Amino acid sequence: MKKYIISLIAFLGIFSATLSAQTTAAPKVDAGDTAWMIVATALVLLMSIPGLALFYGGLVRRKNVLSVFMQVFFLVGIITIEWVIVGYSNAFGSNSVDFLKPYIGGFDWAFLNNIKASDLSPYFISHSQLAADGTQIGTIPHILFIMFQCMFAVITPALIIGAFAERINFKGFVVFSILWSLFIYNPVAHWVWSADGWLFKLGALDFAGGTVVHINAGIAAIVTAVMLGKRRDYKDHALPPHNITYVVMGAGMLWVGWFGFNAGSGLAADGLAANALMVTHIAAAAAAITWALLDWIIDRRPTVVGISTGAVGGLVAITPAAGFVGVGGALVIGIAVSLVCFCMVAYVKPKLGYDDSLDAFGVHGIGGILGAILTGVLATPLVQASYSGAIFGNFHQLWIQLLAVGSTILFSGIGTFILFKITDKLVGVRVSDAHEALGLDESQHGETAYTTFD
Amino acid sequence: MKKIEAIIRKSKFEDVKQALYDVGIDWFSYWDITGLGKSTEEQIVRGQVFKSGYIQRRMISIVVRDVNAEKTVNAILNSAWTGETGDGKLFVSDIQETFRIRTKESGPDALFNK
Repeated sequence: MKKYIISLIAFLGIFSATLSAQTTAAPKVDAGDTAWMIVATALVLLMSIPGLALFYGGLVRRKNVLSVFMQVFFLVGIITIEWVIVGYSNAFGSNSVDFLKPYIGGFDWAFLNNIKASDLSPYFISHSQLAADGTQIGTIPHILFIMFQCMFAVITPALIIGAFAERINFKGFVVFSILWSLFIYNPVAHWVWSADGWLFKLGALDFAGGTVVHINAGIAAIVTAVMLGKRRDYKDHALPPHNITYVVMGAGMLWVGWFGFNAGSGLAADGLAANALMVTHIAAAAAAITWALLDWIIDRRPTVVGISTGAVGGLVAITPAAGFVGVGGALVIGIAVSLVCFCMVAYVKPKLGYDDSLDAFGVHGIGGILGAILTGVLATPLVQASYSGAIFGNFHQLWIQLLAVGSTILFSGIGTFILFKITDKLVGVRVSDAHEALGLDESQHGETAYTTFD
Repeated sequence: MKKIEAIIRKSKFEDVKQALYDVGIDWFSYWDITGLGKSTEEQIVRGQVFKSGYIQRRMISIVVRDVNAEKTVNAILNSAWTGETGDGKLFVSDIQETFRIRTKESGPDALFNK
C-alpha cells in the first residue's frame, strides 16, 4: 500500500513539474559540458585499461604480467555491473533511513531504476540551472554522471592490485574486490561526494578523489600487503620490473587519462576544468622531474622507472586539489609528493620490511594523504572564491581535511582487514608456494604472455 | 672438426663478429644467455640500489674444420678481451659428425667455411 502511495506522489510530482515547466524556462542539457564529459569518461576508462594495467604489468616479473592485466580487466567488467546494480545508488543515492543518510545511500536507484535518459544530473560543481521545482541541477545527463563515476569505482579497487600483485589467488581477488567496492568504496564515496554525506556537509575538499580513490585504495593496499605476507622471492629490495617500456606507456596513458579524471570532475567544460587540467599537468611534471633528480643525486643515475613513478605520484597528489589550487600550489604539491614518496619507498619500506609489491601504498596512499592535507593548506580563493586553505588564514579547512583523511584511513584500514579475513576464510587469498613459483599467469589463467611458439 | 663455444660480453659482440669475419669465419650462431658468477650487476628500482647476481652475456657457437680452429680461437680471445673480471669463457670440443640437410653431404664438406 505504502508503495502505491509513493508512486502516486511521484506521479503527481512529475505532473506538477511538467505543468510548471511550461511557465519557466525548462532546464536543458548543455551540449559543451556533455561533450566534454563523454570524452572525460572515456579518458578515465583509459586509465584502467590499458593505462594502469600496463603500468603495473610492466613492474611485475614476466611470469605474472597477464595476471595483472586480467585483474584490471576483470574489475572493469565486474565493478561496472556492481555499480549499476547497487553501487551508484549506495554511493550517490539518498537513504530513507534517517540515521544512515550521512553514511550510505539507499536502494532507490538500484539497477538505475527511475533514471531516464532525459534526466539532468542532480550533481554539479560549477554549472547549474534551476529545475522546474526550484532546486539547482547540473547541465549534463544524469546517466553520464553515473558512467563518469563508474570509471572511478572501477579504478579504485584496481589500484590495490599493486599491493598484492604476484601472489594473490584469483578467486580470492575477485571476492575481495567485490566486497571492498560494496562495503568500503561506496560508503566513502557517499561520505565525501554525496549531497547527504557527512564529510561533504563538513566541507571536506576532495575535487577528484584524493580521499575516496587514492587514500582509500592506498590504505587497503598496505593492509592487504601485510596480511598476505611477503612474496616468496622478496629479499629486502624490490624485484626488478620485467618490462620498463610497459611502465612508461602505462604512466603516459595514466597522465593523459588523468586530464579526464581531474578536469572532468568539475562536471562542466569551463574555466574550472581548464584550471584542473593545468594544475594536474604542472604537478605531474614537477613530481616527475623531482623524482628523476632525487635518483640522479642519490643513486647517481636518473631512472626511467623513477620518472614514471614520480609522474604518477604527482597526479595522485594533485587529485584532491585540482579544483582549488593554482600554479604555485601545484608546484609545491608536485615537488613535495616526490620527496615524501621517494623516502617512503626507498628507505621506510625496506626498514619496515613489508612487501607492497608495486608501491600502491607508498605512492597512492602516501601521495593521496599528502595531497589531501596540502589541499587544506594551499587552496586559494583565486580559483573558487568560496574555498581557501591555511595559507589564506583558513585553518579550519586544514582541520577538516585532517578529519577526512583520518576517518578514511580508519574506515578503510579496519574494513579492509575484516573483508580480507572473510575472503580468506571463504575462498583463500594466497596461492600455493608452487603456484607462486610457477607464476600466476600459468597457475591462475593457463596462459603465458610471451610464448615461444610461432 | 671442432666446436668452439664462447661466452662473451654483449658489448664486445660487434668486435668479435668483425674479428671472425677478418679471419674468414662468417658462419656461426649466437644467443643471449643469463648466468651466475662472481661478478654482479648493479640495479636501481625506485631508489633502492642493489646487486643482482644475474649476469647477462652472449654465447657464440661455431663449428669449424680442424685447420681453422686455432685462428678462430685466437680471433675471439683477442677481440673479446678487456682485462676486467667477467670477460667470459671459451670452450673447444670435438665434433663427431656433421651433415648438410639439403644435400645430405657429411663430414667437413658439410661445413660452410672452407
